Amino acid sequence: MITLKVNDRAHEIDADPKTPLLYVLRNELGLNGAKFGCGLGQCGACTVMVDGEAVFSCLTPILLLQGRAIKTLEGLGTAQRPGPLQQAFIDEQAAQCGYCIAGMIMRAQALLERNPSPTDEEIRAHMNPALCRCGTHLRILRAVRRASKTMQGATQDGKKA
Amino acid sequence: MIGVLAAAVVIAFVLARHAAPAGAAASDPPPGATYDPALVNKGAWLSAIGNCSTCHTADKGATFAGGRPLSTPFGTLYATNITPDPDTGIGRWSPSDFLRAMHQGIDKEGQNLYPAFPYDHFTHVADDDVDALYAFLMTRDPVRMQTPANRIMVPRAAISVWKALYFKPGPLAPDAAHDASWNRGRYLVDGLGHCGACHTPRNALGAEKEREDLAGGTADGWRAPALNESSPAPLLWTVEQIATYLRAGFDAAHGTAAGAMAPVAHNLSTVPESEANAIAVYIASRMAARGEARATAAGNAAGGPGAADPELSARGEDSSIDPRQANDGDAIYRSACAGCHDGGRRGIALDHSTSTTDTSPANLIRVTLDGIHPREGEHGGMMPAFRGALDDTQLVSLVAFLRTRFGHAPAWQDVGSEVAKAKRANEDGKSS
Repeated sequence: MITLKVNDRAHEIDADPKTPLLYVLRNELGLNGAKFGCGLGQCGACTVMVDGEAVFSCLTPILLLQGRAIKTLEGLGTAQRPGPLQQAFIDEQAAQCGYCIAGMIMRAQALLERNPSPTDEEIRAHMNPALCRCGTHLRILRAVRRASKTMQGATQDGKKA
Repeated sequence: MIGVLAAAVVIAFVLARHAAPAGAAASDPPPGATYDPALVNKGAWLSAIGNCSTCHTADKGATFAGGRPLSTPFGTLYATNITPDPDTGIGRWSPSDFLRAMHQGIDKEGQNLYPAFPYDHFTHVADDDVDALYAFLMTRDPVRMQTPANRIMVPRAAISVWKALYFKPGPLAPDAAHDASWNRGRYLVDGLGHCGACHTPRNALGAEKEREDLAGGTADGWRAPALNESSPAPLLWTVEQIATYLRAGFDAAHGTAAGAMAPVAHNLSTVPESEANAIAVYIASRMAARGEARATAAGNAAGGPGAADPELSARGEDSSIDPRQANDGDAIYRSACAGCHDGGRRGIALDHSTSTTDTSPANLIRVTLDGIHPREGEHGGMMPAFRGALDDTQLVSLVAFLRTRFGHAPAWQDVGSEVAKAKRANEDGKSS
């Protein structure tokens, strides 16, 4: 039994410790935001956050995750009440087919939590490991910039994002 | 007292003898000079062997326009603009100014250059090769870019002392005991290739230790493995394997050129095959002495007195690590690494890699944290980054386990501090 703390909820998982986190999220916990893309850590579609950092869930065995804070797309908001970063992606219409977007959002979230007002250069460098085959990168960059502004505004208003 | 006095006399003497020549060198390059395309072409691949563009190009900057920071134990230096821009580059340098910089470490204004510019090696480069490099650089697009001011605590005047102590100008005499290819290889390795700048350990004043030539050093926080008889490579390199590795950045029996070696291999992929082969011939012969060292070590009791190579002979010794750490590391290896490295997915077997056998865990830690990524837009070896997936304790256990299991060597003592160092060096998770 391994205890996984996902989006602030603890789950007892009875699976081989070698099992990649992605499979547990999707098949055991019904959290289908993270996607299987390449299975090699080369595309970023499976990205989630662990202890605040963006990681490839397809490559991360649950053995490594006992008690660590895992955050997935579902932890940022809901369809009815999207979080500020999700809202920014909607506002910028940053998805085309959308397959990469959960990973994009989680990677961007990790950046904005550590660095609330990144420069363009920092955004590009940080987002580099995440691929979009549709080519909506410019909209994705705009969405991250927009979220950086709205999230800071929310913090200043005292409404923590 | 006498010692101090003697030192003062020596320094005074040295300063007098090595005072930089006064004044600028003779003339500007001839206006509208043209260069033989064959010479320019030769300069292009010579420049690749010299790895010039790697230091003289900033991240995302224009090629050869300088500005790349180089951190040294004495402060930060910025590589200069070597495009032919007249004001910020070397556009006003004559061929003889350029030759003097390469051979004597003196710039156009007559000032000593910091030896981060490896003129201790470039002094061996033949005049006609320097001319080809000059023709190549002078035919690049001029880029106007002012080099940032150095932040270094060593005044230029002190360079004279350094030079007097360590700088041996002049060409290398060919070694008649070896054939032309070996001599060509040594010329490239010791000269323009300046391999020792990373692969030779340095003394407290930053000079390469002459008696430990190619015995292993550091580059940008990476370990540059020994290329001499103390090579930590588990399988002795053949000439063909070295040539393949240098030109393709990968050899199946040894692994991928990563870290500071990646751009070197990229550059060498553009040079004539015969040149890479010559380098391989020379390096293989330097490493081959290891076979003899190993035989001697085996002839002695393991680790006993007289063993020729302390590192190799130490491999038979008790190399146990904390059992809990070993257990955790083993489990992590099996769940996160073995799928590729032990499962036919073309990850190199870790008992072939110097990252587990070398004297420092730096490379193993850095590759695990940040992976290996091909150059933008190119094919190449790849490994995903595990930064974030592994916490520090897990990484330390994994590295300790890999060391004993695949390196068959005594535990590294500094894994924790190396992990901290590697994390600081790449705080933003820049993975490429």
